[in-house]
Amino acid sequence: MGLNLRLAWRNIWRHPRRTGLTLAAIIFSDAILVWMIGLQLGQYDMMIDNTLRSFIGHVQIQAKGYHDKPQIYNTIPDAVQLASRIRENPNTPRVGVRAVGFALASSETRSYGAQITGVQPQYEGDVSTIPGLIKQGHYLSSDEVDEAVIGSVMARNLKLKVGDELTFLGSGKDGSFAAAVLPVVGIFESGSADIDRFFIQTPLRTFQNIFSMGNDAHSIVVTGVNHQQTSILKNTVQTIVGDNEKLDILDWERLQPGLRQAIQADFSTAWLMYGVLIVLVAFSVLNTFLMSVLERTREFGIMLALGLSPGKVGRIVLLESFAMATLGLILGMIVGSILTYYFMIYGFSYPGMEEMASKFNLPDRFYPKLNLVSLTLGPVIIFISTLIAALWPAIRIHLLKPVEAMQTI
Amino acid sequence: MNIPLTILTTIAWRNVWRNHRRTLVMLAAIAVGVWSMVWLTAIMRGMVDQMIKDSIENFTGHIQIHAYGYRDDPAIENSMPAPGDELKSTLSDPRIKSWSTRIKVPGVVTSERESLGVTIVGIDPQEERGLLFLEEDISEGHNLKSAGDKGIVIGKKLAERLETKLGRRVVLMSQDPENNIVDRGFRVIGIFDTEMEATETGFVFVGRNYAQNILKMGDQVSELALITDNYRNLGSLVTSVQAAASSMEVLPWDELDPYTGTMLGVIDGFVLVWIVVVFVAMSFGLINTLLMAVFERTREIGLIQALGMKPNLILLQVLIESFFLLTIGLLLGNLLAWLTILPIADGWDISGLGTEGLEYAGMSSILYPVILTSDVVTSNVVVIVLGLIASLYPAWRAARYVPVEAITRM
Repeated sequence: MGLNLRLAWRNIWRHPRRTGLTLAAIIFSDAILVWMIGLQLGQYDMMIDNTLRSFIGHVQIQAKGYHDKPQIYNTIPDAVQLASRIRENPNTPRVGVRAVGFALASSETRSYGAQITGVQPQYEGDVSTIPGLIKQGHYLSSDEVDEAVIGSVMARNLKLKVGDELTFLGSGKDGSFAAAVLPVVGIFESGSADIDRFFIQTPLRTFQNIFSMGNDAHSIVVTGVNHQQTSILKNTVQTIVGDNEKLDILDWERLQPGLRQAIQADFSTAWLMYGVLIVLVAFSVLNTFLMSVLERTREFGIMLALGLSPGKVGRIVLLESFAMATLGLILGMIVGSILTYYFMIYGFSYPGMEEMASKFNLPDRFYPKLNLVSLTLGPVIIFISTLIAALWPAIRIHLLKPVEAMQTI
Repeated sequence: MNIPLTILTTIAWRNVWRNHRRTLVMLAAIAVGVWSMVWLTAIMRGMVDQMIKDSIENFTGHIQIHAYGYRDDPAIENSMPAPGDELKSTLSDPRIKSWSTRIKVPGVVTSERESLGVTIVGIDPQEERGLLFLEEDISEGHNLKSAGDKGIVIGKKLAERLETKLGRRVVLMSQDPENNIVDRGFRVIGIFDTEMEATETGFVFVGRNYAQNILKMGDQVSELALITDNYRNLGSLVTSVQAAASSMEVLPWDELDPYTGTMLGVIDGFVLVWIVVVFVAMSFGLINTLLMAVFERTREIGLIQALGMKPNLILLQVLIESFFLLTIGLLLGNLLAWLTILPIADGWDISGLGTEGLEYAGMSSILYPVILTSDVVTSNVVVIVLGLIASLYPAWRAARYVPVEAITRM
C-alpha cells in the first residue's frame, strides 16, 4: 500500500499547475460553503432565540383548543398556583402566567384597539424581554397595584405620557362589559412596530378583575436555557402538570410554526445554490482526472503488459483522487474556518440589513456559527462528489487493451 | 508570416474538438454555471415580484398621498380633503393606471363573543379595481357594491376569531374627529380569504361614503393610493404628483414599505454576487482545460512558432478557442435555463416548503419565475468577458514557449 500511495502522490504532482487549479476550485467552494452554512446556522439560532425570548417562551401551557382559537373564556383555572408548582422545580425556574384580552384603549383624545396582557410583574422578566425594554418610567411594580405599561408607538398615537390615564373598553370572560381606568407607569420600546403599537401590559390581578376572570389565566410560559433543549423542558413540565385533559402543553414549534418552517424553507432553497457549486467542482475534478488518465494511456498499457491487473491500476488512480480530495477537504476546511472565524468575531452585515433585522427581530449584524455541522457538511459533500466524479476515469482503465494502449502516443 | 483570421478561427475550432471528452465536460460545466445564473436569478426575481405584488400592488399601491402626520399617527384627525381639480388632472397622467381614495382608521370590531383591534378601511369598490385584492379574494358572499354600501367584508381568519359568519352582525367602534366614540352595527356581507393571515385579521372593509357619514368626516379621506404601469423608477411621477398636492405627503412604495424596498435592493445585490461566485468556481475548470490543451500541444506550438508564427497570433488563437468554448457553453446554458423555466412559467407550487413558513417570510406559495433581460445579459456578459480574461493566462503561457525547447520536448 505504501508503494501505491507513493505512486499516487507523485502522479498527482506531475502537473503541479493542473493539480493546483483543481485544488483551488475545491478549496474555493469548500470555503464558500463553510462560510454560508455557518452564516445560515448562526442566523437561525439568533432568529429562534430572539423571537422566543422576546415573548413566546419555549413551552406554554394553555387550555385545550386555546392555541387554535384564542377565546377569552377558554382558560386555565388557578393558573398562578400551577405556575408556582412548576417554578419550584429547579429545572424550570423561569415561569410566568399571562392572560390576554382585546379592548379599545383610549386616552383623553384618542382610541385604538389593543391587546392587553395581564402578567405577573415579578416573574415576567424571566420569560420576556419587555420588562427590560422600558424607555420611560418603570415596569409594573407588583401584582397589588393597578397600573399599565404600553408600547412607544401606542403612547405616541394615543398622545400619552408616563403618569397619564388610560381607559379600557372591552368584554370580559363571561361576556360582560369590561372597563377600567389605569395610570400609565412605563413606556417600552421593543423595536418591533407591531409589539410597540398593540401591546399593553397590566398586572395579572388587575386583568383578572377587569375581565371577570376570577383566578384564571390563558397561558403559563416556561423559558429554558436555549431552544435546543425544548423537548427536555416540555417533558419536565408535563411531569409536573401530570395528566390533565383540559390542558395542552405546547412547544415553540407549535406556538410559532412559521418560524421552523421558514428556516427549513430557507435552508432547503439554499441547497439549490450549493448544489450548483458542488456540481461545478465535480466537473472540474472529472476533467482533471480524465486528462490525467488519457495522457497516461501508454503508461497504463505498459503496466498492464507487465502483469498488473486493471483493478490494481484502477486502484492507484482512485487513490490519486482520494489523496487529492482529502487534500482539498483539509485545506478547504482550514480556509473556510479562517474566513468564518473572522466574521464570527467582526460580524457580517450588508446594506439595508437594519430594516430586515427589525422585521425579523434580529440584531443588525450576523455572526456565523462555526461548529461540526457548518464546518464539515459542505466540504464532505464536495469530497464525496469529487470521489464519484473520479470513478469514471478509473473505470475506463478496465477497457484498455495493453497492446493498443502502448501504441498510443 | 501573416495568417488570415479565418484560418486562425478554423484551427481554433478544430483544436476545440481534438479532445471531445474534455471539451464536453467543460461545456457541461459552463452550461450548468450559466443555467444556475439565469434560472436561480429568475426564481429570485419571481419571489421578489410576488412579494411586491402581494404587499404593494394588491393594497398599498405604487404611490400614496396622505396628510402629513398620518403615517406616524393614523388617526381620523390626520385626514385630508378629497382631491381637488388640480390633483385630479395630474392623476390623469397616462402612466397612472388607476387611483382611489380610502378611509383608513383604527378601530375595534366586536361580535357576540370577542372584540379585536383592526384597521377599518372605507373604500369605493369601483375605484379600487386593479388596486385592491378584495374583489378576487372573496370566498363567501360578495364584495361591497358601492361606496355607500352598509355592509362589511371581513377576513376568514378574523371571522373564525370572532366566531361570526356571513349574514351575522358585528359592531365597529372608532372615534369621530371630535374624539367621540362612534359605534355602528354592520352585517357581514362578504368574507375574504388571502394568503397572508395578517391581512385577514388586520383589516375590515366597509363602504367609503357610509364610513365618512358615520365618522362625521364630510368628504375627508385618509389615503389616496395609485398604481402605475411600472413599479421601478417612480421618481418623476412622485415629483409631479407632489407639485399638485403640495400640502400633502406623497411617497413611493419603497418608502411606505421600506422592508420590501430593501428586499428588492438586497436581491439585486445578491444576484450579482451569485453570478460572480458561480463564475469563479467555473473559471478554475476553464483555465485548467485550456492549460491542458496548450500543454499537450507544446511541440506543435513550438513548431509553428519556428515556422514564423508570431506569439501574438498564438495568444489570439487560444483566446478564440476559449471564445468557442464559452459561446457554446452559454448557448447550452441559456437553452437549459429556458427549458427549465418553461414548465414552471405558469406558476410553481412551492407550498411543499411549508405554507406557514413561507407566510412568515412574507412569501406566497405559488412562485412565478421572472426573466429580466438585464439579468440574462449580465450573466452572459460576465461569462464571456471574465472568461476571456481568465483565458489570458493559458494563452500567455502558450505564446511564451521558446520554439527550440518546445520542439525538443516530448
